[in-house]
Amino acid sequence: MLAPLFSSKLLLVLFFGTLFGLILGVLPGLGPTTGGALILPFTMTLDPLSAIVLLTSIYCAGTYGGAITAVLINTPGTPAAAATCLDGYPLAQKGEAGRALGMATVSSTVGGIFSVVILVFFAPILAQLAYEFGQPEYFALAIFGLTMLASIGEGSPIKNLIAGAFGILISTVGKDFMTSIDRFTFGINELTEGIGFIPVVVGLFAMSEMLTQSTLINQVFNRIALKAIKLPSKDDYKKTWKTILRSSGIGSFIGVLPAEGGTVASLIGYSEAKRFSKNPEEFGKGSIEGIAGAEAANNAATGGAMVPTLALGIPGSATTAVILTGLIIHGVRPGPDLFREQPDFLYGIFGAMLIANILFFIFGFFGAKIFARITLVPNKILWPMIFAVSVCGTYSLNQSIIDVWIMLFFGVLGFFMRRYGFSVVPVIIGLILGELVEGTLRQSLVIFDGNWLMFFTRPIALTFFILSLIALAFPLIRSRKIKKNND
Amino acid sequence: MKNVQKQKRANKSLPFFFRDEFRVSLAIILVSVALLITTFTFDIVPPILNRGIQPATFPKALLVLIIVMTLLIYYLATKNPWKVEKKLPRSFFLTLSSFIIFVVVSKTLDFFLAISALSIFVSYCWGEKRLFYLLLVGIIFPIIVFIFFETILGLRFPPGIITNIYYS
Repeated sequence: MLAPLFSSKLLLVLFFGTLFGLILGVLPGLGPTTGGALILPFTMTLDPLSAIVLLTSIYCAGTYGGAITAVLINTPGTPAAAATCLDGYPLAQKGEAGRALGMATVSSTVGGIFSVVILVFFAPILAQLAYEFGQPEYFALAIFGLTMLASIGEGSPIKNLIAGAFGILISTVGKDFMTSIDRFTFGINELTEGIGFIPVVVGLFAMSEMLTQSTLINQVFNRIALKAIKLPSKDDYKKTWKTILRSSGIGSFIGVLPAEGGTVASLIGYSEAKRFSKNPEEFGKGSIEGIAGAEAANNAATGGAMVPTLALGIPGSATTAVILTGLIIHGVRPGPDLFREQPDFLYGIFGAMLIANILFFIFGFFGAKIFARITLVPNKILWPMIFAVSVCGTYSLNQSIIDVWIMLFFGVLGFFMRRYGFSVVPVIIGLILGELVEGTLRQSLVIFDGNWLMFFTRPIALTFFILSLIALAFPLIRSRKIKKNND
Repeated sequence: MKNVQKQKRANKSLPFFFRDEFRVSLAIILVSVALLITTFTFDIVPPILNRGIQPATFPKALLVLIIVMTLLIYYLATKNPWKVEKKLPRSFFLTLSSFIIFVVVSKTLDFFLAISALSIFVSYCWGEKRLFYLLLVGIIFPIIVFIFFETILGLRFPPGIITNIYYS
């Protein structure tokens, strides 16, 4: 499995990707999604395997890196580390920052490795199943992926669905792929090719974050000093091993679901850790189980999210949407054929994820103190630099200044979306699934001679439609349950 | 939690046209309606060439869906108002205006100059007054990025007063 990775070039890429991912994870507001999007143009200088290895190692390490900031400055480096703040920071305040980070590092590594095992076993099975899929089944699957947006994060399900629909709408800009008729081009030649993925991602994540940071320039972080990271004691292992395993399972499962990702996984992992704990009253006050539950789950979601991405071409999370774009621009078409035709390529990715999880353990264990210092770089210096890289990176893909303006437009839009409670992640998922949804719908209607009811005669498609209804109903059931519990 | 409740109550006391939920919903609906009208200008494929549905049908359906869902969030917000957001600080508007300046400068003068000007302007507005750091973010770093992109990716930047000097 690791054989394709035993080249000095790939190991160097892996090393650099893990290091870069950790730095991105540590810096609040950046993270693996933005970082992956920024580095995507550079991957054009690499061969496909190196490019995807770079992106996946950034994904794994970036997800873990968020925990360092969560524990030391009570600000999640990535959204997936939000649940880690709840107990990581209180424990650090008690003078046990090293213990908190030690547990975060161990549970992240176990969760990550667990999820790679899930990926190795389940991705080929799912890919095998995908051979049964025709256009109607892919349409139903894409709809299922989109309806799953209703239950991502803590945001309003309807707002998430609006954002997802908006993402699909963006994908319709340009020449219609079946008839070559211009749509929403407004006479601008550059728009006939459609709106690129990178300007939208960099705009929605990096530029909107820059605007958010501009509103926080007077914010002061209370940093907790870190002497040294400590491996968990025997007692801690005894207390948390069940939680780590449970959260690894939960994280992997949530990751496999289309559109869900580390953020949802960590929140569920955390709440389940609390539910099963013998000391639930300690949660929120520095519980070591709370840290283990959240961190194992968010890193377990990384491997899980790669399952639908590689087997079906449906992103499991926002970062895997970037990885999916990386695959496509390097001419690799995800799906069942990839498993049959390029097994070496796939096992290279699996192996890279495994090594990345071990590498971030080593880097985290020995370098957390240094990485923590990265947060000391003032925003007034960091963000103008990120702006320069974002602009050049966006321009470089098509050498188009219009792309840069589109990026800035989406930056402003993303800022206001976030301000009013609309998550930007569904826009990305909608954009990446848009062509699949429309394409498979129109091709299915050709097959069905325009009869929409024929969708319900296909068992697999029908199953996905039922799952979609459940996904839509889930937030309603959840909010009623919360209301009932509060009453 | 108490703070959020307070902010929500504060929102409820405002006239409806000042509330965020009204303004946001109105903005989404106006843009969606404008785009919906645009879809009626799309070319129509003759029946003999048409496979499945017309190219305008799918965006139309999406826009109608967005309008319906927006009405729904507005209806829900009348029962459970959104919290009042804090006023945006001056630094936000300065950063936003720097984006506009960037677009104007990159189109009329020079791409590099636009990056450099924005970096210095933003850094200064965010509180950086030390000349060395302003030069670092505004000149040294953009030069490194430019050279890196040019040599590693073989990128050619758009012509402009400074870029032309570099290329000549």
